[in-house]
Amino acid sequence: MLQKKNLWWLVAFGALGLFPVLVTNPTYTTIGVFTIIFMACATSWNMFSGYSGYIALGSAVFYGSGAYTMALLSIHLHMAAGSELFALVPVGGLVAMVMAVPIGWIALRVRRHTFVVITIAVFFIFQLSAINFGFTGGTSGLNLPFITWGFQNYNTPFYYVGLGLTIFVTLVSALVRRSRFGLQLLAIRDDEDRAMGLGVKVTAVKITGFTMSAFTVGAAGALYAMFVGQIYPQFVFDPMFDVSIALMAFLGGLGTLSGPLLGALILEASQQYLTVTYSNGSLYLILFGALFLVVIIFMPQGIVTFIRDRVSRRAERERAAVAANDAPPSPTTPVEGVAVGGTH
Amino acid sequence: MATLLAATGISKAFGGLQALNQCSLEVEKGSITGLIGPNGSGKTTLFNVITGYVRPDSGTVSFEGRDITGARPDAVFAMGIGRTFQLTRIFSRITVLENMLIATQHDESWIRGLLRSKSSKTEVDNAMALLDFVGISRLADLQAGALSYGQRKLLELAYVLVADPDVILLDEPAGGVNLTLINQISEKIRQLNAQGKTFLIVEHNMEFVMSLCQNVTVMHQGCHLVTGAPSEVRADPRVLDAYLGGGDDDDDELREAVNNA
Repeated sequence: MLQKKNLWWLVAFGALGLFPVLVTNPTYTTIGVFTIIFMACATSWNMFSGYSGYIALGSAVFYGSGAYTMALLSIHLHMAAGSELFALVPVGGLVAMVMAVPIGWIALRVRRHTFVVITIAVFFIFQLSAINFGFTGGTSGLNLPFITWGFQNYNTPFYYVGLGLTIFVTLVSALVRRSRFGLQLLAIRDDEDRAMGLGVKVTAVKITGFTMSAFTVGAAGALYAMFVGQIYPQFVFDPMFDVSIALMAFLGGLGTLSGPLLGALILEASQQYLTVTYSNGSLYLILFGALFLVVIIFMPQGIVTFIRDRVSRRAERERAAVAANDAPPSPTTPVEGVAVGGTH
Repeated sequence: MATLLAATGISKAFGGLQALNQCSLEVEKGSITGLIGPNGSGKTTLFNVITGYVRPDSGTVSFEGRDITGARPDAVFAMGIGRTFQLTRIFSRITVLENMLIATQHDESWIRGLLRSKSSKTEVDNAMALLDFVGISRLADLQAGALSYGQRKLLELAYVLVADPDVILLDEPAGGVNLTLINQISEKIRQLNAQGKTFLIVEHNMEFVMSLCQNVTVMHQGCHLVTGAPSEVRADPRVLDAYLGGGDDDDDELREAVNNA
C-alpha cells in the first residue's frame, strides 16, 4: 500500500515533471533549469554535510570539475553538438568523485571549523588552477560544441535530465538515511569520538560519504556547462555556489530529506526571478540577508523541521486531549514513570 | 584466574604534566576490578590508553595475551573491550533505539554498512531486550537527547552491551546519580558479572567500589600504588596518605569515605 508520505513525494515530483509542460515561456523554464540543478546539488551536499555535521564549503570544486570534464571531453573528443553530450553528465560526476577521495582524505582529518576552512582553501586552489592552467583556457574559459536546438524547446531536455539527477540523489539520500551507513554518519554528527569507541570506522565512513556526495554535484556541473555552452573559471568555481547550497540546506532543514529541495526551490527560483525581473544581479543578496535573519531567529532548525515539530506537537496535544476525556488522568507520564531513580 | 587485560609500565605526559608514570594494572578474567585514586591521579588517562583514545609514550597494553598498544578505538572495541565515559556520551539527535544499533556493526566491514538497512529484526529484538534489562525500553522511540542524566547512564551501559564485549570499562558509573539508581546500576553489574563479563570500574563512591569489587587498585600521581582485596586496600596506610597528602578539593569527602567504609 502506498503510504501517505510517499504519496506526497510522488505529487511533488509529478508537479516538478509537469512544470515545462505548463510553463513554456523560455525565460521561466531557464529559471526552472537552474533551480532543478541547485535542488540536486543541495540534496547531494546535505547527504554528507547534513547527515555528518561536517559543513563543507568547497562543493564548487566538484561542480567545476564536472563542468570542465564536460567541456574538455566534448571538445577533445570532437563530439557532435546534441543530446549525445548528455552521456558526459555522469562522467562529470565520476570525475568529481575521483577528486573527492584525496580532498576528503586530507580535509576529513580535522574537525568542525578547521574542516570548513580547509574545504574553502581547497576550493581556491581549484579556482586559481582553472584560471592559470593552459588546458582550461584560463580566464577566457572554454566554448562547448554549440547546440542548435530551437530557442523555444532548448530548455526542456536539460530540465528533465536535471530532474532525473534530483530524483536520483533524493532516492540515494533516502536510502543512505535508512542504511547502517547513514546511521553511522548521524552518530559521527552527534559524537564522533564516542562512535569510534563503538567500533564505527569513522575515517572510512566519512570519506565514503564525502565521495558519494560529490557525484551529483559533479554531474550537475557537467549539465550546467552543457546548458550554458561556455564556461569561465569564476562561474563554475564560484564561492557563491559553495555558500548557496549550504544556505539552501540550512533554510529548508539541515539533515532532512525534503529540506534542501525546498530551500533550493525557494532561494534559487527567487534569486533568478529577481535577477531577471529587475536585471539587477545583486538585489537577491538583500532579500537573502533578510530571509536568513528571519529563519535564524524564528526557526533555526529550518523550515521543514519547524513545520514537522509544529504538526507533531499539535498531534500530541490532540492525543492528550482524547486520552484525558477517555481515561482518568494517570499520576505520571510514561517518561517520568520509568525514570524512577533516573531523574535528578 | 587468568589475566584478561593488562597494562604494563604505561607512561604518558601531556606537555609538562606526567599523567601516567610507569603505571601497571591487571584485570583478571571474570572479576570486577576497581580503580580508585585521588582526582588527577591518571585513572581516566589510563582508560583512554587502554581503549585506544590516547597513545602511550611507553608501555604496553595486552588483551587476552595479545599486544594491543596503539590500536584505534574502533579496533579495540571490536576486540571486545567496551567502555563508558565519565561525562556520559550518547547520540542525542537520534532515537534511543538507534543509539542501541550503532554498536551492532562492530564486526562488519565498513562497506557492508552501505548495502544493508540500519537494523535487522534480530538486532532490534536484541537491542530492545537490553533496553529492557536496564529498564528504559519504554523510551526506545524517544530522541536520546530527551533522556535524563541517569537514563543516559543506563543507555550508555546498554549500548556498550549490544556488542557483547568481554570486558567493560566503566568510568564513574555512579557519579552524579542518586542512591536508587546507584543500587540499580550495581545490581546490573553483578548480574552481568555472574554471566561471565569482566568489569574494570573507576569510581569515587567508596561504598560502591568496596561492596562490588573483588580487587581494588589504587593509583596516585600517575603511578600504581597498591592492589588488593577491598579490606586490605582500606587498611593500607599508603592509601590514606595518597588521599590525605594531595591538595585535591574533594579530599575531605574521600577521607571520610575511606575512614567510614
